[in-house]
Amino acid sequence: MFRPPTMTRFHTVTWLLAALPVLGILALWEVIVRALAIDPVVLPAPTRVLAATRDSAGLLAMHTRQTLLEAAIGLALALLAGCSLGALVTLSPFLRRSVYPLLVVSQTIPMIALAPLLVIWFGFGIVPKLLVVALVCFFPLSVAVADGLGSAEPETVRLLRSMGATGWQIFSKVRMPQSLPYLFSGLKISVTYAVIGAVFGEWVGAYEGLGILMQTAKNSYRTDVVFAAILVTSILSVGLFGIVAMLERLMLPWHVRGAGRQRKQ
Amino acid sequence: MARESTRTVQGDSAVTDAAAVGVVGLSKAYALHSTALPVLQDIRFDAAPGAFVSVVGPSGSGKSTLLGIIAGLEEPDSGSVTVGGTARRLGAVAYMPQADTLLPWRTALDNAILGLEVRGTPRREARAQARELFAVAGLSGFEAAYPSALSGGMRQRVAFLRTVLTGGSVLLLDEPFGALDALTRSEMHEWLLGLWERLSVTVVLVTHDVEEALLLSDRVLVLSPRPGRVVLSYEVRLPRPRHRAMTVSEAFVRDKALLLDAIHGVVS
Repeated sequence: MFRPPTMTRFHTVTWLLAALPVLGILALWEVIVRALAIDPVVLPAPTRVLAATRDSAGLLAMHTRQTLLEAAIGLALALLAGCSLGALVTLSPFLRRSVYPLLVVSQTIPMIALAPLLVIWFGFGIVPKLLVVALVCFFPLSVAVADGLGSAEPETVRLLRSMGATGWQIFSKVRMPQSLPYLFSGLKISVTYAVIGAVFGEWVGAYEGLGILMQTAKNSYRTDVVFAAILVTSILSVGLFGIVAMLERLMLPWHVRGAGRQRKQ
Repeated sequence: MARESTRTVQGDSAVTDAAAVGVVGLSKAYALHSTALPVLQDIRFDAAPGAFVSVVGPSGSGKSTLLGIIAGLEEPDSGSVTVGGTARRLGAVAYMPQADTLLPWRTALDNAILGLEVRGTPRREARAQARELFAVAGLSGFEAAYPSALSGGMRQRVAFLRTVLTGGSVLLLDEPFGALDALTRSEMHEWLLGLWERLSVTVVLVTHDVEEALLLSDRVLVLSPRPGRVVLSYEVRLPRPRHRAMTVSEAFVRDKALLLDAIHGVVS
């Protein structure tokens, strides 16, 4: 008879399954670079990338701080814009028809063309980065919020109406809490976009940040530092994703518990 | 003068001046492909304060529509509906939909106080009121449980407490036990009877279960297939308090046969 694994065993197995291919690729990479004596400017071995990360720790920390700041503020702006747009689009049929297409069109503008223009308009400071982050992040958020607010059961809305509830009460007691799991799904997507958006915004022109660090390291043939910056970027994204997932668990115990119950069956 | 004439119109049913629920000449049709589909036709009944009235009928006889109209969620095409003498019903009656419609993010206790909250009762006070009823309802210890952790019967009880706590002296129950297994349903009947006797509220119950209607009610209305009309308004004379054993008594079985005949269109 099949018996589902316990949670802890399940976690160990998934971690192993996730780690094994990565370790395998890293080992293969190391062996090939050493065996073929590849020039570190072309491709540094993983051990060399680790060494570069350790040696430039101070530099990396400084630039990481800037990138993290941009990603966080940009994401906060996107959250604000996404929630308000999602709510407006749900509440007003007029706005749904007039604004929704605009939202979709905004996503068809290639960021690679827009980002340099933003630098021309707003300079090398933090503003163009925040705009890039906010522009790539607000869309998944507004779609998630719009879907979430629209997901309330008609029966539940009827129940509230029978109690004599006002439109605002139905919104705040049913639609808003109902949309939170959707919001968190959108947030998980956005938070990874945010870091990449910030790095990209810096890449086209900045004083500080992991993006400009990659740029300058590449120009001075420090490929190992480029890889170190990539490593830090990945860790940053995974870390922020983890924080969102943790917040979800804390804020929506009913949702996570419900999922746990289904898993048990 | 007007009141006098109302009395004669209302005819056979037990009429009091302050009927908890009064339905007069109610008709309702839905638009379907540009034709009108009549759902309810000339419904007429009233429920005295504290009475337990059941509405039975085949599927599609408009039972749920009738309840929705009494709740004020919809308006009739013609006729009138009053609750406690006034036509304003939203917020004045306590409506319990077919599904338990508990909010998954609220604990059992906080689900039960939803109606109180909507009416502006401070949470602390509402919770205190609900806690008392949780004890009466045999739900002590489950106050902090989320609905996903409760059994079907318990969810239904929480939904019922929410209905009771919503306030108003009229409860409108739309097949509250339809989704439960036979054993749980029978337990819920006794539970509901016990609570109803304690609360002294008026109940209008919609069901397709004749036995359930007989066991619980003072009066059973039988609706015809669509468009629903009242084909029989039957006064149940079983003594109270009622209990499960009565369902096999001779009188009960005779009543049941009578109601089933009425549902299936046999003129009695």
